[in-house]
This record gives sequence, structure tokens and C-alpha cells, in this order.
Amino acid sequence: MNSQGEVEMNSGSDMQGNNIILDVKNLKVYFPVLRGLLRRKVADVKAVDGVTFHLKRNEILGLVGESGCGKTTVGRAIIRLYKPTGGTIVFEGQDISTLPEKDLGPVRRRMSFIFQDPYSSLDPRQTAGSIVGEPMFTHKMVEARSEYRDRVDELFRTVGLNPDMGDRYPHEFSGGQRQRIGIARALACNPSLVICDEPISALDVSIQAQIINLLKDLQTRFEDLSYIFIAHDLAVVKHISVRIAVMYLGHIVEITGSRELYRNPLHPYTKALLSAIPIPDPYIEETRERIILTGEVPTPLNPPPGCVFHRRCPVATPDCSKVIPELKEVSPDHLVACIRS
Amino acid sequence: MATILEVKNLHTQFNTDAGVVKAVDDVSFKIGEQEIVGVVGESGCGKSVSQLSVMRLIRRPGEITSGQILFEGQDLMKYEANGPEMRSIRGAKIAMIFQEPMTSLNPVLTIGRQLTEMLELHQNMEKDAARNRAVELLDMVGIPKAETRLDDYPHQFSGGMRQRVMVAMALSCNPRILIADEPTTSLDVTTQAQLLELMKVMVGDFNSSLILVTHNLGVVARYAQRIYIMYAGRIVESGRCKDIFGKPRHPYTIGLLSCVPRIDEKEGKTLSSIKGLPPDLIDMPRNCAFLPRCSYAIERCRVEPWPDLEPVGDDHFTRCFVNPEERQR
Repeated sequence: MNSQGEVEMNSGSDMQGNNIILDVKNLKVYFPVLRGLLRRKVADVKAVDGVTFHLKRNEILGLVGESGCGKTTVGRAIIRLYKPTGGTIVFEGQDISTLPEKDLGPVRRRMSFIFQDPYSSLDPRQTAGSIVGEPMFTHKMVEARSEYRDRVDELFRTVGLNPDMGDRYPHEFSGGQRQRIGIARALACNPSLVICDEPISALDVSIQAQIINLLKDLQTRFEDLSYIFIAHDLAVVKHISVRIAVMYLGHIVEITGSRELYRNPLHPYTKALLSAIPIPDPYIEETRERIILTGEVPTPLNPPPGCVFHRRCPVATPDCSKVIPELKEVSPDHLVACIRS
Repeated sequence: MATILEVKNLHTQFNTDAGVVKAVDDVSFKIGEQEIVGVVGESGCGKSVSQLSVMRLIRRPGEITSGQILFEGQDLMKYEANGPEMRSIRGAKIAMIFQEPMTSLNPVLTIGRQLTEMLELHQNMEKDAARNRAVELLDMVGIPKAETRLDDYPHQFSGGMRQRVMVAMALSCNPRILIADEPTTSLDVTTQAQLLELMKVMVGDFNSSLILVTHNLGVVARYAQRIYIMYAGRIVESGRCKDIFGKPRHPYTIGLLSCVPRIDEKEGKTLSSIKGLPPDLIDMPRNCAFLPRCSYAIERCRVEPWPDLEPVGDDHFTRCFVNPEERQR
């Protein structure tokens, strides 16, 4: 499995091999639970347990799910902030899942991360200009001082900030402006993949739209840019993504095009998630069917046997607690992990 | 529908070193018996402060400078904030649920103690009776094994369960009004749906009224009968839910409605964002606070002070010179 990516590329039904920028296979990220004086491992938190998906060049893939479903962990494992417990991550033809830290530099130049909280993800003692320009130094992308300045100014303009604000500190900016700084920094090294982890959930409603539009704009402007857009709000994810993967307790339960996901959801969890999102229109809400799930998301420390969703599933059968459902293609480009579909 | 709470010309301000922040500026609203009302706005618009003012929970440097809070015919402004009258109303007749259930429960007391305390204090119940009632209440809000969970501490509950406890606590004294301030913002989508559904049922069972304070337009569309939209400390539009969503009149309401992605929207739709930022509430100009962000503005908006709430339909009010429908043509 680890043979530098050539084999994995042509697997499956998708034959657009070189168009695939990221191919994740059976990714597992477990966190050990340590107890006692000797810090012995007593259990594993299976944050991500066998996740498989791919991302095409210039595509936006949405990763949606509730807290604790492992969506952020997937994002962080891809950029290798966490070391995967198992599985492969093939990025631009290279398996990076087992790459040692010292060899990750060039990989991280090609991918970057936008964080949720624009208040805590920017160094308060660094000026905005130096926050944005820092990655270019780290990756030795610029030689002359003037080239650096020009590039930082250009990045500021790209994200809709005035370059004159480069000497200010993060506290002098509003939340939306700070997120723009975060985006400019993420774009500094011309990445081919940007992982956006809940980039708008800390912002006010009227500012959220500005940032969503900016992210969409940038992605159309730079042909080589792909996003993984991680969020809990399915309406936002659907708006920005071409394809969506729905996660539940460390597993992908359904993955398909965003239009298909809304029109024809197949997994019972996807259906419940869709119906839980209120539509800002009282006329539609009047007649809408509501699936109210019972219970809560179980702990990934001790996930239920069989399908992880079966205890809350309104249509579960006795078999659901015995068989772990495979993610299988039920119609072109529509994959579901449910034995009943 | 008989009116149970009517707030008239409420002014609440915070006297900070930087200046006077007029957090609530001449706000009037009312709620009928067994009605569900939504108060909508972004952070800093005064939606929470207006509700805290009703509860008389404004502390220094904040103060309510003027206004009337008429509850069941009595003006709550006549009472001392910490006097016996307010203490017998707050929590008992008007109850409140806050956004963050972890910080609004006392971490060193068991859930049972916190529930029975209210019952003993407000309802003069004996210890045993209060405990039985507490079990009943936890049962009603859907907490499994209520009898044993009573002796657990808040940290032993999940976020959704804690908020259920908050609902049980708020309804324990049969309040006439329940004020829920962003009750589901820190919760997951499916838990949010569970909890809102629960609150709706419970409020119905207890014959209470519900004030739902939120920034989520979907939530009010689903549950509220009437809506107040707030911006920069003022109500900019109010009306029945269907009128607000069907025929929004204030440019801010229109902007708000078109800047949130909808799950049922057409493919390829671009969001029309509201440009700029909400204003600083210190030294506000006398004209419309939304003017710098407004795309419908006319000359009159620049020269004249912010207009009052004017009726534009049956029980539908807006604070704007412009009729957006006419301007679009």
C-alpha cells in the first residue's frame, strides 16, 4: 500500500487518475488513553476509523458532521499535524502518511490550513504583514526584501484588505478582517490544497457571507486550488461544495455530489441532519417533515458494535448491530455506508 | 391574545471609560399569553441586554436609564433590582435559559440540589416533595434514569443534557414567560433540533410564553409566531413571522435573509453579503445606524434622524424611509 502512490491512483471506478490531487484510503487516527503512574495505554479513542475519499484538482469537498465526528481530525491528519495510525494519504502522487517530520516541509508548502477561531489563531505580537508573509520565509520562497513586500501587498489586496494595514496588530482588526488575514497567510505559498476548518463559525451572520464569497471567488480565480471545507452547518457546506462527505463517529456514512445529497439522501443520518436544519421560510417549515433523533452521539472511546449509528437510527434492524456497513457505490458517484440501502 | 409582558421605551446603557454605550435604545416590545416570539440580531445588537433588562439583571457599569416593563399589569421598574418583589418574580414567574449551560450551572452542587433549591425557595416545598418534583421534571425533559442522575454534578452531563436540565430548572416553578437566550447555539444540529422541539412542547404543556433570542433565522422561522429584528440597539422591524419572511421591509432584514445560505437554495446562487461592519455603539449618529451599509439609502436618510417604527401592514412595523419594493424597480 505504501509504494509511492502509483498503484492507488488507478484503483476504483474513477479513471481520472492524474486529476486527483488527494487520495485518502482507510485513514485511521487513534488517540491513546493513558492511565496510572506508568502512563500505560488502557484504550484508544478512535477519532477517525477507516475513512476513504479523494479530492479532484480545483474541487471543493465538504466534510460535514457534528462535534466529535472526526472531521477536524481528518483535516489535521492530512496536513500531518497528527500522525495517522493507519491508512494512506496520497497527496500529488506521494504517500505522505508515514513521511518523517523533516521531509514534510515541501509538502506543507503545497497545502495550508485556515483555522476556526480568527482570535486565537493569529499571534497577537506579530503585525498582520509579518503573519501573512511568514510562510514565504519558512519555505524560502522569496529572495529580496522588496519582492517580499510586493507579494504581501498583493496577498492583502487578493483577500480584500488594504495593504496599508500591514503594520497593524491582530487586535486592531475585526473578526472578519482577521479571518481574511488567515486566508491571505494560507495562500502565501500558492498552495494546491487549502483545508478550511470551520472558517466562518466564529463570525457574525452578515460577515459569514463575505468570507464564504471570498473563499469561493479565490477558488475560481486560482485554477490550481482545491479546498476541503470542514463545517458542522450543512447549509453552508452545501452552498460552497461540489461534493460532500457526511461523517458520523469517525466514519464517512455518505459521500456524493452536493445537489444529489440534498435531493436524494440515502443514509438515515444524512436524512436526519437535513431535516434538523431549519429553513428561514415559515411557509416551507409549516409542512416540512422533521426527523428528531433520540439519544446523543456515542463516545468514540467505546463505539457501538456494527453500524455506529444503529442505536439512534429510526430504521435500524437487528442486523445493524452485527455488521459494519461498507461504504459502497449505490449509483454513479453516490456512496453510502448502510446495509439497508 | 392577552398581553402578558409589555416593554415600553426601554433604554439600557453601559457607562464605560471609552464612553456611553447605548446597548438598548428606545426598545418596545410585547408578548402575548402562550405566544412564541423571536428576537433576532447579530452580536452587539442589544437582543440579550434587552432581555436581561426585563429580568432586572443589569449590573454596573450598566444601567436601565428609562422605560417601563409591564408584567401582568405591574411595572417592574418600580421595584428594586434585588428587592423581594423582583426576587419572587425572577426565576419563578419569568425564567431564563442562557446560551452556555456549563457556566450557568453551579459546578460544585449536584443537579438535584440546584433543582430543589428553586422549588424550596419559590414554591415553599418540603425537601422530599421537592426531590420528587425534581425527578418528575428531569423525566419530562427526557433525561434517562432521572432518579439516579439527580445526584450527579453538571460535568457528568453532556452539553445537550445540561441544556435539558436548564429547561427543567427554568420550568420548575411554572413560569408565565420563558426567555431563552441563544439556547442552542453551543449545541450540535441534531441536538439543537431535539432541544427546540422539547422547549416548544414544554412551553405548551406549562401554558407559558416563550421569547426566543437568536441569530439563527431558520430557528425563528420554524418556531416563532412574531419576530423582532434588532440592529445597533434598536428594533428595526417587527411583525408576524410570515410577513417578515414573506414581505421583509427593512433593508437590514432583507440583507440578513439573503446572506445566509439555505439548504433548499438553487445551485450556483451567490450570497449577497451586507458590506461593512456593525457600528460602534458609542457616539452613534442621530440618523439611521444601518445607513453606511445600506444599498437602498436615499438623501433623506442622510439628513433626517432615524425614523420611528411606522406601520406598513397589519401588525407589521419598520423603521425606514424607503420602501424597498419601490426602489428596486
